[in-house]
Amino acid sequence: MSQRVIYLDNNATSQVAPEVVAAMLPFFGEKYGNPSSMHTFGGLVAQHVEQARAKMAELLGADPGELIFTSCGTESDNTAIHAALMSHPDKRHVVTTRVEHPAVLNFCQDLARRGYEVTFLPVDRQGRLDMEKVENAIREDTAIVSVMWANNETGVVFPVEEIARLAKAKGAVFHTDAVQAVGKLPINLKDTAIDMLSLSGHKLHAPKGVGVLYVRKGTRFVPYIKGGHQEHGRRAGTENVPYIVGIGKAAELAAANMQEENSKVRRLRDKLEDGLLAMEATMVNGDREQRLPNTCSVSFEYVEGESILLGLSDLGVCASSGSACTSGSLEPSHVLRAMGVPFTAAHGSIRFSLSVYNTEDEIDFVLEHMPPIIERLRAISPFWAKAKKEGLLAAACQPPGYVEP
Amino acid sequence: MWEYTDKVKKYFTEPVNVGEIDNPDGVGEVGSLACGDALKLTFKMGEDGRIADAKFQTFGCASAIASSSVLTELIKGKTLEEAAKLTNKDIADFLGGLPKEKMHCSVMGEEALRAAIADFRGEKVQEHDEGEVVCQCFGVTDKEIERVAKANDLHTVEEITNYTKAGGGCESCHEDIQQILDRIWAEEGAKPKIEVKPPTQRKLTNIQKMKLIEETLEREVRPALKADGGDIELIDIDGDKVLVSLRGTCSSCAASQATLSQFVQTKLREFVTEDLVVEEVKP
Ligand SMILES: Cc1ncc(COP(=O)(O)O)c(C=O)c1O
Repeated sequence: MSQRVIYLDNNATSQVAPEVVAAMLPFFGEKYGNPSSMHTFGGLVAQHVEQARAKMAELLGADPGELIFTSCGTESDNTAIHAALMSHPDKRHVVTTRVEHPAVLNFCQDLARRGYEVTFLPVDRQGRLDMEKVENAIREDTAIVSVMWANNETGVVFPVEEIARLAKAKGAVFHTDAVQAVGKLPINLKDTAIDMLSLSGHKLHAPKGVGVLYVRKGTRFVPYIKGGHQEHGRRAGTENVPYIVGIGKAAELAAANMQEENSKVRRLRDKLEDGLLAMEATMVNGDREQRLPNTCSVSFEYVEGESILLGLSDLGVCASSGSACTSGSLEPSHVLRAMGVPFTAAHGSIRFSLSVYNTEDEIDFVLEHMPPIIERLRAISPFWAKAKKEGLLAAACQPPGYVEP
Repeated sequence: MWEYTDKVKKYFTEPVNVGEIDNPDGVGEVGSLACGDALKLTFKMGEDGRIADAKFQTFGCASAIASSSVLTELIKGKTLEEAAKLTNKDIADFLGGLPKEKMHCSVMGEEALRAAIADFRGEKVQEHDEGEVVCQCFGVTDKEIERVAKANDLHTVEEITNYTKAGGGCESCHEDIQQILDRIWAEEGAKPKIEVKPPTQRKLTNIQKMKLIEETLEREVRPALKADGGDIELIDIDGDKVLVSLRGTCSSCAASQATLSQFVQTKLREFVTEDLVVEEVKP
């Protein structure tokens, strides 16, 4: 791989910031103590863990004592739902959405198989929730409402602060999977009714394999991983010190740079999106207003996503697709299906997700090379010529704001 | 990323015989937009009774495009009788193999060819009017499943999904597919190699298993025992062996012991995994 890489897949994982790497290195080397030890050598390491916690708390507008370090976003999600159910054994109903990440979705599907009742809320054609449906779904016996802050495939942002208030009013715990939101959207948990929040290091320019679960003071909690007394008995297992220090540094960088980074990233994303939409028979998946600044899911009709990705990959451009062929399953992504994206488009969806490390130059490169890739595949496709002849294109592109009847 | 051979990559980036032949002698169209892949094959016969030209149009992933292109290469110059003998295996072999999840791309090639030959011979295209649709999601018939299973020596539902896509959507036809497999391999005098597990049977990690066992005992077992004045304690989990100790009135009542551990085992098998064996240890 001598070719240059244009990395536009930051919702999958992100580059570890050089500052983060530098901050972590001493903890692989001389500072290897166990933070739980009685000696000063370990105690000094414990201080760094607490500094990291404080920095993350600052980014989230939380109290350091409300944060638990975990091994990943998935663990945080599983722990949150498990905790709410175990600490409210009388309540056996769960509310979530059809477009959650598998870390929540599969866990909830498993709950449903084990006798819990789970409501999977639908979304409209733009990937939005109907707030009336949300409110009606929450019941007296609802133990937990878990709704993601921002969608990893489309970037669509849910009004979680409002949903948290609805949940609170009905006595249900509210959890949000904010893995894609933290570092991209301003968050101030103090001002919200959110009880629990999950995040993951590797979407935030920290390494893979470290996450955080925020648990609001006063929220009932039961540990998922039991053992030693680490994290005040809320998550057993000797702390992954280098990674915790790393995620702390990443939180510090995000807090300092978010606004500036976001305006830059948003501008590049918009440029990319506008450029792609200038091509024939393309459309954006998801509400363009309520959306992460870095994400753009575009469908190229009548071509298949995996072929597009391979074409891009040959040029060193990294992106993702919601097409069936890339997922290992035979159907397009559950998110696009929940949104009712037509098949003509779902199979040809490509997600670009940017970060602050992307440059204007890279976007120009993609915009220059994308049309030939799509044209080539359309020339091979049996549907393209036919669609053009029969004018099927317009029918498949719903106007903005279109809601499935 | 899929592991594609260099040949697949080559035929994807530089496919040969793309397009549609004007006034073709045979046309075969299979797949659909909804299914995620589709292939239109057209060919023209030469005066020597051999296929003079063949072209394809494909909507699909890299392996679908490569398989289609190779198909056209393989049939050119052949008589119809020779071409009719081509199978999906020939396509996959020519490409140096396909990832197993992508074998259906080669099957799509074979099917387009069969449809095109049938079209040339003026026969009705079979597939849908012959046989019953088993997989509603991808419109796959029992006849097709049977043919592909026999041709490729397929014994599990998963293999059938990889080769035909059947069962790859809502999964509600898995039992029907299994029945077809059971039937044809019983007829062939062979037994299926592996039973497919129902979709709910995921492989649990040790931690998940421990947790589930604890939760199940807590939720499903203990309350029932307590109602009878008894109790249960989880002593250890050793692989699939769950060691429990029974307390209170239960422990003195030898007669109920067998039914009791049976009850615990049934519950654990229901909520955790089928493989668990419950053993009682004396306190
Ligand atoms: C929305 C969302 N939730 C959860 C996760 C899982 O995080 P992790 O990979 O750290 O387990 C991801 C990342 O893939 C995600 O995008």
